[in-house]
Amino acid sequence: MANKRFIPKLYLLFVFALLYAPIVYLIFYSFNSGDTMAAFESFSLTHYGELFADQRLLIIVLQTIAIALFSALCATALGVLGALFIYFLKRPAMRQMILSLNNVLIVSPDVVIGASFLLLFSMLGVKLGFASVLFAHIAFSVPIVVILVLPKLYEMSPSLIDAARDLGASEREVLTRVVIPSIQPGIFAGFFMALTYSLDDFAVTFFVTGNGFSTLSVEIYSMARTGVSLTINALSALLVAVTIVLLLIYYWLKERTKGANV
Amino acid sequence: MKRQSTNVLLIVPYSVWLIGFVILPIGLIAYYSFIGIDQQWTLDNFATFFTSTYFTLTLHSFWYAFLITTFTLLFAYPTAYLITKSKHKQLLLLLIILPSWINLLLKTYAFIGMMGLHGPMNALIQAFGFPSQQILFTDFSFIFVSVYIFIPFMILPIFNALDELDRSYVDAARDLGATRWTTFRKVIFPLTIDGVKAGIQVVFIPALSLFMITRLIAGNKVITLGTAIEQQFLVTQNWGMGSTIALFLLIFMVIIMIFTTPRHKGGVTRGK
Repeated sequence: MANKRFIPKLYLLFVFALLYAPIVYLIFYSFNSGDTMAAFESFSLTHYGELFADQRLLIIVLQTIAIALFSALCATALGVLGALFIYFLKRPAMRQMILSLNNVLIVSPDVVIGASFLLLFSMLGVKLGFASVLFAHIAFSVPIVVILVLPKLYEMSPSLIDAARDLGASEREVLTRVVIPSIQPGIFAGFFMALTYSLDDFAVTFFVTGNGFSTLSVEIYSMARTGVSLTINALSALLVAVTIVLLLIYYWLKERTKGANV
Repeated sequence: MKRQSTNVLLIVPYSVWLIGFVILPIGLIAYYSFIGIDQQWTLDNFATFFTSTYFTLTLHSFWYAFLITTFTLLFAYPTAYLITKSKHKQLLLLLIILPSWINLLLKTYAFIGMMGLHGPMNALIQAFGFPSQQILFTDFSFIFVSVYIFIPFMILPIFNALDELDRSYVDAARDLGATRWTTFRKVIFPLTIDGVKAGIQVVFIPALSLFMITRLIAGNKVITLGTAIEQQFLVTQNWGMGSTIALFLLIFMVIIMIFTTPRHKGGVTRGK
């Protein structure tokens, strides 16, 4: 009996250890006074000092955050409109077709998305840099917002809309007073998903960014190609902290909206 | 029933996105696949793609993607199963998702250190009395890191499928005398096959087109369809050939999706 409970626990423990080992390892060596990820010499904050002295890197951090917030906001707006558009479509065949097209960017390989956007931007004459990266991030975040909002629309009782209309609400009021509040959890989820999509993206950005513009992922890639630098470790420790805070906010918001609905 | 103004707001922005960023880019990929390096119409790219070089490349790519998907599934299914059994399943699920929120590049970069000659993985090997090994820049490192990256994405759909599974089916099978293994094989697994398919879909297609992990972890030892596309677009600047490979990757993707998309109507819209 003890054995039967022990082995599953051990297995889960193993999986979790494996999942977290690289992250813990990265953070641990960010406090190394030495310059390698192999020998820990002594505790030091040198690499954090280097990080904050590196203006270029800090600008890249700001660019990454700006792109993420801006693209997530735009993608959420577009995605909510898209979900409503699909929801109000009357013909099931049409709805299915639009949905399939919607999902193309979710399932397509990053490399293909990046390459095709590069072709698109060069055709339209968009200069590679902030604008192209922003447009690309908005574009690949829209479908995930649609996917997260749509189930909330279907969960909503249709009689709610009918009731609002019968009681004399205008289309606009129906949307802002009835529909939007009831799909709010989906909108929040969509926004945070778009945010992480943007923060986590490497491949698409790598394709559509120009010489003067970089995001963290692209910068870490070029740093990592030249070898280990513990400044990356210091940066990653901070990023992990930020990620956890974001995640906590997300769950807090989710719990709160859940509570409000009940 | 609905007024015109709301209709326009609902239709226009999303349609612009749909046409501009979904249909047009695919069209461009298809168009460029017929453009040679001299900017003329040609079928050379396709001829090149069917030479033995690209054929082996494609085969290799599929083989690696297959290995990555298989190992990911082998780790993910038991994990998802055990999590659904746990009392704290929401917390455990959160802990699984958390690493997937951490920047992909950072996780990959961590492995450069962990797999180095003096890194902890080699320390572990030496602790067992073996000489230190070259781990980085091998097939093993490539598959290991890829599996690591993909595990949360495989666990999630399988967890959802298992979590929605009606316990009474399992109880019924057990009451009727089925062993644990038979119950799993005949009841649990078939009923969660949609989750497994969804997991395979989210792992296999990206695995086919990896290029960042390939470059950083596998050096230039492993060449996949993804690295080939990146090479053609950003190094050789042969957009035509790059587009041809990308076009085939898209075709492979559609074929994979046909096999891995759940049968019932409604697809993704069903949600919970």
